[in-house]
Amino acid sequence: MKKNSIIKSSLYGVTLFLMLLVLYSGKVSSSYTPIPLLNCNCPPGFKLNTDNKCISKNLYNQYAVRNNAGVGGLKSALPEIRDGFTPQEIDLGRYLFFDPVLSADQTISCATCHDPNKGFSDGLAVSQGIDKHKLKRGAPTLWNVGYLKKLFWDGRALTLEEQMQGPLFSEEEMGNTPENLIKTINDIENYRKLFAEAFVDRNKNAPIELNEILKAITAFQSSLVSLNSKYDQYAHGFHGALNQNEIEGLNVFRSFVARCAECHTPPLFTNQQFAVIGTPEPDGLPLDPGAEVPFNDKTLRGAFKVPSLRNIEKTAPYMHSGKFETLRETVQFYTDGRGHAVPEGEDLLIHWHIWEPNLTDYELDRLVDFLGTLTDESFTPKVPAQLPSGLKASI
Amino acid sequence: MKKKSPLLKILGSIVLLAAGIFLGKTFFGQKSVDTVPMPSTIKYRNVGLTKDTTRVASNQGFNGKIIEVKEGASIQEAVKEANPGDLIRVYPGNYSENVYIDKDDISLQGVVINGEWPTLDGKKEINDAFLYSGNGILIENFKIINYKGNGVMGQAGNNFVIRNNWIIDTGVYGIFPQYGINGLIEHNVLSEIEDAAIYVGMCDNVDVLHNEVFDNVAGIEIENSRHCLVENNYAHDNTGGLLAFITPGLPIKTTFDVIFRNNFVVNNNHENFGAPGSTVAGVPAGTGILIMAADDVIIENNIITGNNNTGITIVDLATGAPRANDPSSEGNPDRVVILDNIMFDNGNDPTGEIKTIMLTQMDSKGPDIFAFGGGTGSTIRDKNRYRTFGLDGYGTAQISDTKDIPTMMTPSPVPPRSVSKEELGELTYYGVCAGCHAFGTRLIGPPTEILQAIHHNNPQGMVDYINNPKNLREEYPEMPPQDYLSDEAKMAVAEYILALKE
Repeated sequence: MKKNSIIKSSLYGVTLFLMLLVLYSGKVSSSYTPIPLLNCNCPPGFKLNTDNKCISKNLYNQYAVRNNAGVGGLKSALPEIRDGFTPQEIDLGRYLFFDPVLSADQTISCATCHDPNKGFSDGLAVSQGIDKHKLKRGAPTLWNVGYLKKLFWDGRALTLEEQMQGPLFSEEEMGNTPENLIKTINDIENYRKLFAEAFVDRNKNAPIELNEILKAITAFQSSLVSLNSKYDQYAHGFHGALNQNEIEGLNVFRSFVARCAECHTPPLFTNQQFAVIGTPEPDGLPLDPGAEVPFNDKTLRGAFKVPSLRNIEKTAPYMHSGKFETLRETVQFYTDGRGHAVPEGEDLLIHWHIWEPNLTDYELDRLVDFLGTLTDESFTPKVPAQLPSGLKASI
Repeated sequence: MKKKSPLLKILGSIVLLAAGIFLGKTFFGQKSVDTVPMPSTIKYRNVGLTKDTTRVASNQGFNGKIIEVKEGASIQEAVKEANPGDLIRVYPGNYSENVYIDKDDISLQGVVINGEWPTLDGKKEINDAFLYSGNGILIENFKIINYKGNGVMGQAGNNFVIRNNWIIDTGVYGIFPQYGINGLIEHNVLSEIEDAAIYVGMCDNVDVLHNEVFDNVAGIEIENSRHCLVENNYAHDNTGGLLAFITPGLPIKTTFDVIFRNNFVVNNNHENFGAPGSTVAGVPAGTGILIMAADDVIIENNIITGNNNTGITIVDLATGAPRANDPSSEGNPDRVVILDNIMFDNGNDPTGEIKTIMLTQMDSKGPDIFAFGGGTGSTIRDKNRYRTFGLDGYGTAQISDTKDIPTMMTPSPVPPRSVSKEELGELTYYGVCAGCHAFGTRLIGPPTEILQAIHHNNPQGMVDYINNPKNLREEYPEMPPQDYLSDEAKMAVAEYILALKE
């Protein structure tokens, strides 16, 4: 203890000295510089390079990139991530993400439906927008969203910037308009300061532009990385990370009988393709045509993007419209017969991996055990205590 | 009646004789099994540097221990005990288990004695016999029967050898490497598989040599894979013999650079028993070779006879799998090259669309070679000798043989890792430690500069702490052990942190 306190006090001394030095050198330099308000460190999982950009670093980078799809087995490289944002852009994005000022009536933030305490989802079967509008689909998790090449359940957006304009400017979701959003943000002095700090290449007094708002939120969302689960420890070679039940579950998961891993492919647990699996809608809802609509392609009727399973334990209920309350019900769906829940009169092109694997109850229980090993929230960002708008963070 | 009947006497002497033979065999007839040869590993012949294919540049030796598994024991337990470089020898007997291998460089060798095989029997209850994800896996001399999923399935393991296995009715696939690079599948016998007996899926650089496949839906299937050589195989009595495909909707989108050479593709007329919805369920019985959407496929010196629909079918995705749509898969078979092949007696009983199309040609027989749909740049060496349909656009082949290509395997092993020790330290620091430690600020644990002060010049001390943390500071929560990191990663990250400058 004594040794520690000596180290501690000497460190405090050094720190104090350094701070004085910085203050002093600040005084001798000529012009006034504003105090930084945004975090100048990268979030965990990212390394700051000499260009002030945050570059993704994790143990999956040790595996050779063999295909750009980022699919394979235990020791396979991930797909390419969106990185290279500055720490300031990421931190500014964090404020915007939690700020309800982004919605028309200033009650809904991104975090309302993508709540860090609920696996960056909202715990609802289908999400709720402005004026209590009941939406058609559930909010997907944002964990590892920086790796995804298609966004929305129906894959209609290719970038996060494109995607977020959906909810921001949908009358049923956040109800805003680009003009009103730009005006609102520009009217808040704190945001003018923060944007000037984050976007250094432009005139400090220039008005905030929509693409800067979109970029900052994209930067924050791309920093939400979850790759340190018990499963990951096993994958990197520590076989003690999973117990016997969980290993049995892993073996069911990747067997060609259950075929889960064929679409929910490690290491991201999605192959990012569309699949028609024919899940039932909640009572009273008609069949959701999914990707058929944006792609104007009959073969994609009822198709949805294969979702990642990371942190899946945290994001009940399951499927695009939340039909299943539990993981156990969800895995049961896959063994109840090919197309068993397709409404009469529909001729869906059910995916070839949906078949009749005849999984036993024991195997289904083990699958649920295994899915629980995909949980890791160690890099959860902090909810801002105060927002630049003065509003309360809405989650 | 004390006197024994002659019949009983004779019976008694037979029983005595049998007992004597049994005892004699038991005591004197046991074969010595200390002559089991070591399995041969992949031989890298530096293809491209020299055409002298007998010269072996390198191959991996066995440097580990030999673990023996005898009947009653578990192969999986041996895998758990094994370290990279070890050889697991499995003696004859019944083993009903699922063996998974999430380690590198493990070899499993069955020992066959007096025709008795080590047999993995899934009893139609167990999913897969062998599942591996490690690199450098070798599996040879096993009899594998009655599984629900696969005989051998690989997920992303590179440098694999699957050899001399006898596989019957193991469900969907017999041998199925997926996402693997550089592999050898040779001398296996496979039958009664409800999809492809040998299925090379989303792989690169695989040789499939000297296998016999029969009574399956598909014999050998190269799907969404590149650089594959299929040579000297005997594919008979399947629904379809040899297939090169693109299946739409998969994350890897291409098939190209495939050679079908010196194979027997004979009497592939089995009724299709594929699962509804599977791609092969649409393969018509009587298909010798099927090329669907694959590019740069060379068909050379095969004997293709007795296939009742067609000898060779070449189609685009729109024709072959019209119900599946994937805009990111290019669906035309381009630059197919047909060299010399022996083809006769094909098309005796055409079915479906091919029958309809041939009837419009006033022909009740299917052709030797049938092409339909899109595709450009395809050629054939001697079009005149075959009965063909749809080959009007085929030019004359620019090559006469492929003898310059002895193998598609890589000239040296695919390296397991691509990072240096320093990089591994960096990845571990930012990927794991940075959740709690950073320079100059307090996160959950102490700032990085304090870690440097505590373990100054003592990386081993930091490794010890990582393995077994002691709560040194009251103001911080105790660190959970990070002992799941590999020894290599622990030392790398300790050295990295100690050398790190803000």
